[in-house]
Amino acid sequence: MTAVTTPPKKQTQRGRPGQSSPKLAYLPIIFLAFAIGVPLLIIVVYSFLEKPSQGTGVKWVFTLENYKALFIQEKLDGTTALDTRYIKVLWTSFYYSLLTTVVTLVLSIPVAMWIATRDARKRNLLVALVTLPFWISILIRTYGMRQIVADEGPIGKFLGIFNIEWSILYSPPATILGLIYVFLPFMILPIYASAERFDFRLAEAAYDLGAKRMTVVRRVILPSIRPGVISGIALVFIPALGSFLQSDMLGGGKTNMVANVIANNFGQARNWPFGSALAVLLIVLTLLFVLIMQGAAQRRGDKVELV
Amino acid sequence: MSHTQTSSRKRGKLVNLRNFPGFKPTAWFVLFFLYSPLLYVVIYSFNSSRIGAVWESFSVKWYFRVFENTDIQRALKNSLQVGLVATILSTTLAVMAALGLLRMQRAGKAVAMALIGAPLIIAEIVLAVGTLGLFIAVGVPLGKVGLMVAHTAFCIPFALLPIRARLSQLDMAPFEAASDLGANERQILRRITLPLLAPAIFAGALLAFAISIDDFITSFFVAGPGATTLPVYIFGMIRSTVTPEVNAISTLLLLFSGSVLIGSYLIQRKRR
Repeated sequence: MTAVTTPPKKQTQRGRPGQSSPKLAYLPIIFLAFAIGVPLLIIVVYSFLEKPSQGTGVKWVFTLENYKALFIQEKLDGTTALDTRYIKVLWTSFYYSLLTTVVTLVLSIPVAMWIATRDARKRNLLVALVTLPFWISILIRTYGMRQIVADEGPIGKFLGIFNIEWSILYSPPATILGLIYVFLPFMILPIYASAERFDFRLAEAAYDLGAKRMTVVRRVILPSIRPGVISGIALVFIPALGSFLQSDMLGGGKTNMVANVIANNFGQARNWPFGSALAVLLIVLTLLFVLIMQGAAQRRGDKVELV
Repeated sequence: MSHTQTSSRKRGKLVNLRNFPGFKPTAWFVLFFLYSPLLYVVIYSFNSSRIGAVWESFSVKWYFRVFENTDIQRALKNSLQVGLVATILSTTLAVMAALGLLRMQRAGKAVAMALIGAPLIIAEIVLAVGTLGLFIAVGVPLGKVGLMVAHTAFCIPFALLPIRARLSQLDMAPFEAASDLGANERQILRRITLPLLAPAIFAGALLAFAISIDDFITSFFVAGPGATTLPVYIFGMIRSTVTPEVNAISTLLLLFSGSVLIGSYLIQRKRR
């Protein structure tokens, strides 16, 4: 830093030369309020409205039925019973996302650490290799995975050698495998960013001072890559929770996740209000998770920006 | 990096703290895992057999099919049009937001950041059906224009990422010098701020374009029958029939993504 950066007068703190007027941000904010804010508001409003007797859309009558319908089923004879279908869908989404996060985390720590300890040339190449899939359409990547796990695909053929007949495609493992495959780079990259900054002389110092190898890992290396781990968890869990394509293309619609049920209610099932109620629930769960992650990051004193 | 020798000596045993058993094989396994489905798609795009998974002989006929398919051409045109408009609009809005936010008050900034961050956190399906609701409520016809608006919105946070990062690293000296020499705000913006931000703006635009071109869910709900984009078309193809044509389109898209990435890398390296 040069001395020039210290402003001569206090008033220049706000409004340094070259800093444009805040008015410049008004247009983008108004646009986003329209294109992001209003749609979210609409979803919240729709979730409290009735479904029209015919066609799509909503009827402007206030109701709480949509939220009730998430958990309670009304039978034809007028009695009510607990409806576990949507609880199951939510649980499936949560469970798949959690599993995806755990597996990608376990795979990513060694990979990120290994890349971070290569020499500069090799490191750049490896980072490019991990980044490249991020630029490739998720649809195509999921489609590629579908061909790998298909019965006639390489995995099916391999299992066929041992006379094992196991159809992975259109089953829960296929969906989870697809999620892991698609979101793996999102875990590796932030952890790598932390690991790359780690000074390995610290690990050597700890070792020389008598720490065992595993203690060095636990007490020195892991804490210093924690910000990357926290970002990675957020970057994998959040999109996985709302994922649509993997359960659609690999799970074959048998194991629905929340996004598939929401899509179906805005599509064939034509129940926009109920779909909106599910969407609101998904938003609430996502925000809850973000708060937990931010809390975890702050308690540790790590600087983690989730947004 | 100066410290190439990293091993420590303890109890007479040489221990290298940079290499842990199992890390290398895990890394190679993960790279294999990441690339094998893509390789499979590329290899089988040259398979002459109609049944995707059975290798018959080498052929480029599926590529000819792709080039002859007018539906694909139309979908590609829609994707490119929407992508270009969304890239230009979202990058412009992102630059404005990045510069304006610097001096915005706390409350306004919080609202703005919440709106900008929303597409990164909230599931795309929720925004997609909400946008569908908005367009129907306001009377925007489902089609290309609506798609451009929707894409612009969710591309803004991605375009903003590199711009904000660069902005926070900028040295203030040139700005103060310009100001001392009598440049007004507009001149500073045009002659200093924007040129200094140019690489970040370029990176942001590239990111926005990639996000727009790849988008499936929003396009699926908002495009309507007239403005089918390439991913929506491919999704339909995969659903209805298994045809090796999809492998050929996918390979072409892989080639496109790869060359854009390498191109941008070369441009950025030249600049430096």
